[in-house]
Amino acid sequence: MTTVGSMAVRCLLFGRYAELLGTEAILLEVADAATVAEAVDCLRRTHANGLRLPERPLVAVNREHVAHECVLAPGDEMALLPPLAGG
Amino acid sequence: MSDVVTRGPIDVAGLLAEVRDHGRGATTVFLGSVRSGPDDGPVEAIDYSAYEVMVVEEFGRILAEAAERWPGTAYAVRHRVGRVPVGDPSIAVAASAPHRAEAFDGCRYVIAEAKRRLPVWKRELWLDGSAHWREG
Repeated sequence: MTTVGSMAVRCLLFGRYAELLGTEAILLEVADAATVAEAVDCLRRTHANGLRLPERPLVAVNREHVAHECVLAPGDEMALLPPLAGG
Repeated sequence: MSDVVTRGPIDVAGLLAEVRDHGRGATTVFLGSVRSGPDDGPVEAIDYSAYEVMVVEEFGRILAEAAERWPGTAYAVRHRVGRVPVGDPSIAVAASAPHRAEAFDGCRYVIAEAKRRLPVWKRELWLDGSAHWREG
């Protein structure tokens, strides 16, 4: 349950980010209409080892690459992506 | 597009069959394989992990861009995840077109964008049993 004026965003972690925080998924409570930047900041400040995450990691929202200015909506799936290494 | 992520060896013949058409006489294939050269360290295999649902969607976007940019081309792609031994392909792109210029150009575009945009990560597995995240 979220408090008034806040919303829940599901945050996925991969690769070494998941190792750092010891989990692959976190339900993050952020302010209504929070940006990706604000959500990342909240994650970094509120979780053990969070400050070891970069301030501006690559981020996808609902499976699309986005900028940190992207505004989140309730129920969004935000993923923090370590530097990509496909291929 | 749901089978673009695979856990087993990539079936290159199957990939070629997907793009085969009598109207497209030129076919190119790119295979990116796990290497262990003099500059790579004692790599035995690479363990690939991925945000798989996004890999499928992002590959879909990339192929749609390529098809729009080079009308008449067709593509098939695979990315392998899990443990991939040295020498095995981890990614494959097949492209076909009526003529070779578009087949080469489209294939090159797809692999370049795949490396730039796909949410895939790799951890090198060394002969001494250690594992090392590798970026880029």
